[in-house]
Amino acid sequence: MAKKYQTAPLKIWEKAKQLRQEYYDNFKNAHEKGAIRWAGGAWAFDAVPYGLGDDVYPLTGEPYGASTAWNSDFSLRCLEAAEKAGYARDLCSYMRNYWGSILLNKFTFGGEFPKPDFMWQAHICCSHAKWYQVAKELEGGKIPYFCVDVAVGPYDTMDENKVQYIVNQLLDGIDWMEKVTGRTYNDNKLIEAVKNETIAMSTWAEICNLNKNIPAPLDEKSMYSLYVFGVLMKSSKKVVNLYKDLKLEMEERVKNQIAAVGNEQCRIMTDTQPPWAFLDIFRYMEKFGCVSVGSLYTFGLTGMWEVKEDGSWGPKTTPMTKGISMRNREEALRVLVEWNLAKPEWQHFYDPALKSEMMIKIAKEWKLNGVILHYNRGCEGLSLGIAENRLALMKAGYPVMTFEGNMGDEREFDKARTMARFDAFMETLNMKKLED
Amino acid sequence: MSYSAGENMITAGVDIGAKFVKIVVLNDSKVASKGMALGGFDQKTSSLELFKKLLTEAGADEKDISFVVATGAGKEEFPKAHDKVTEVTADSKGANVLHPSARTVISVGAEEGRAIRCDEQGKVVDFAINEKCAAGAGAFTEAMARALEVNVEELGALSLQSNNAVPMNAQCAVFAESEVVSLVHAGTTKEDIARAIHDAIASRISSMARRLSIEKDVVLIGGVANNKGFIESLKRDLQMDIFVPEDPEYVSALGAACIAHERASAKEGG
Repeated sequence: MAKKYQTAPLKIWEKAKQLRQEYYDNFKNAHEKGAIRWAGGAWAFDAVPYGLGDDVYPLTGEPYGASTAWNSDFSLRCLEAAEKAGYARDLCSYMRNYWGSILLNKFTFGGEFPKPDFMWQAHICCSHAKWYQVAKELEGGKIPYFCVDVAVGPYDTMDENKVQYIVNQLLDGIDWMEKVTGRTYNDNKLIEAVKNETIAMSTWAEICNLNKNIPAPLDEKSMYSLYVFGVLMKSSKKVVNLYKDLKLEMEERVKNQIAAVGNEQCRIMTDTQPPWAFLDIFRYMEKFGCVSVGSLYTFGLTGMWEVKEDGSWGPKTTPMTKGISMRNREEALRVLVEWNLAKPEWQHFYDPALKSEMMIKIAKEWKLNGVILHYNRGCEGLSLGIAENRLALMKAGYPVMTFEGNMGDEREFDKARTMARFDAFMETLNMKKLED
Repeated sequence: MSYSAGENMITAGVDIGAKFVKIVVLNDSKVASKGMALGGFDQKTSSLELFKKLLTEAGADEKDISFVVATGAGKEEFPKAHDKVTEVTADSKGANVLHPSARTVISVGAEEGRAIRCDEQGKVVDFAINEKCAAGAGAFTEAMARALEVNVEELGALSLQSNNAVPMNAQCAVFAESEVVSLVHAGTTKEDIARAIHDAIASRISSMARRLSIEKDVVLIGGVANNKGFIESLKRDLQMDIFVPEDPEYVSALGAACIAHERASAKEGG
C-alpha cells in the first residue's frame, strides 16, 4: 500500500547511539583514568557537579533503571534480587532495578556495577527521597551522600524565600563536594554547565514544537531514544550540539513533509514512562496510521516551556537571551534553581490540575485525536493524579484510553490485552487498521 | 430480537468468546437463526461447524451470505469474516439495537468484564475493561460454584434466598476461592456465601463502570447476565435499575450481525 507521506530514517541516530554508549562507558571506566563518578537522580541539579572538572561522570538512576527494564531477563533478576533483600514489589521499579544491580554486582552495560565516588540527589518524590539512602547502605554505607530538598511547591507559587532555600542547599552541596572529592570547585565550569542546560532544554522544546506539524516528523518511540540525553547529562555541551543538529534535521523533515509514520491519520499523546520492555506497542499503533507525537513526559522532562504572547506553548526563553547575569556561583545557582522549578514535569507533584492544563494545551496545539494514559504501577511519582488527568481530558473533549502496566517490571504488563484495548480505542476514533 | 434495515439480505455476526462461540444469522432485519457452541481448543473448527449449521437452519447457503462480521477474543480465528470489530463496538451496537435508550452497557463474559458508555446511535464514547484478573467475570462464578459444590445455575437462585450480607474480597479469583473455603468452615450458609460471591463481583464491576460516569439506561449483557443473583447484587450496588435483554449472551454476536448488515447495505447502495 502506498504511503501518504515519505519517511526516512533519522540521520542523527548513529551519533546519538555513540553518545549514549560513551556516557555509560565513561562512568564505567572513570577510575581507570583517575576521573570521578557520581550517581544520583536525573532531576538532581546535575549542572552542579560539573564545577568539579571535565572528568566527572554521572550515572543517573532513572534512565539506568529504564535501560535495565529493556533488558528484561536481567531486569527480572534485579527485581527478584531486590525482593529477596526485602524490598516490596510495589516500590518504584527503576529503583528496584538499580538496587538489584548493586545486589547482583552487575552493570546493565557490562561488567561489575561501578561504585560511585559520591551520591547527589534531590527529593522530588517519596522514592527519590529514599533511593540513594538505600543505595548507599547496599554499597557498604561509606559512599558520601547529599540530598537536596526541593519540596517548595509549584512554580506559580514561587517566591524569593523558596528559591533561596534551595540555592542555600546547593551552596552547601558545593562545599560538601569539595570536601568529599578533595577537588577545588570551578565556578566558571558551573556557569557554563547552567548555560548548556538551559540551551539544551529549550532546544529540545523547539524540537518537540516541530511535532505540531502534520505529518509529525518525529514519533514518540524514537523520541524516547533522544529525550534521554536530557536526563543523562543535559548540562553537557555535547547534548547541546546533538539537540541543535537534531533540530536542524527536524526542520528539514518538516520542510520536506517527511513523516515519522507514513500513513499518519491519527495523532495521540501518551503519559508517563512507557513499559520499556514493550516499546513495540508503538509500532502496533502505526498499523492504524496512529502516531504518538509525544507526551508531557517526553516534552516536559527534558524540555522547558513557556506560554508565548499568542497564548501558545513554546520553548522557554533562555536566561542568556533574557539578559539575566550569571557572574558568580550564587547567580548561576539561582538561575539553575528557578529554571528547574519551572519544569513542566514537576508541577503535578503538587496539583494534578496543573498537569491537566498542560496536557489539554498539548492536545489542542498538537492537534490530537485522542490520548493514551499509562496507569504506570512502577512510578508513584509520575502516576500521581493521572486518573484526574483522564477526567479533565475527557471533559475537554479528548477521548482517552487507559492501560495498566509498569515501566520497569514486565510482570505487570499484559501486552495482548493492551493491544486488544488499543484496537477498541481505534474503533471509537473511527480508525481502521491499514496494514496487518 | 429484531433489527430493521434492508431486504432479503443474509448477514451474520460471529462472537468467538473465551469459552463459547455465539453466532447470529440475520435475514434482512430478522434473526433467522442463532446458536452457541463450546469454542474448545480448536475455535476455528467449532465456529465453522456452528456457522454451517445455523445457515442451514436459516434456510441459507454460504453463497447467499452478503457479509459476516466477527468479534470476540478469538475473532481472528474465523476465516469467513469479511470484517472484524472489537467486542466493545459489538456490545455497544447490540445493546443499542435491543434497547435504544441504553447509554451504559455492562458486559460480563467468561473471562472479561467491560463497561461501555455509548451515544444514541450505539457509538462508543468511552469504555473500561477489567485488568488482568478474572475476579470480575464468569470464570470466577464457575470457580466459586465449584468451591460450594453447586452448579452455576443454582448459585444465582441460592443467593436470592440470602438476607445477610457477608463481606468478601474479590480482588483476586484465587484468594476469593480460599475465602469461600474459610466461610464454609466458619459455618456460613451456602445462601449467604452465594450472595457474598455475587456482591463481590458486582462491586468490582460497578467500580469499573463508575469510572465512566454511569448514565441511564444501564443494560447488562454477556453470559453472566443470565445469573439472577448477580443481577440483584449489581442493582443493589449501582442503586439503579438495570435492563437485561432476552438471551444476553448473544448481544455481542447480534451487534456484529447488525454491523454486517449495515456494511452490506452500504456496499449494495454503492
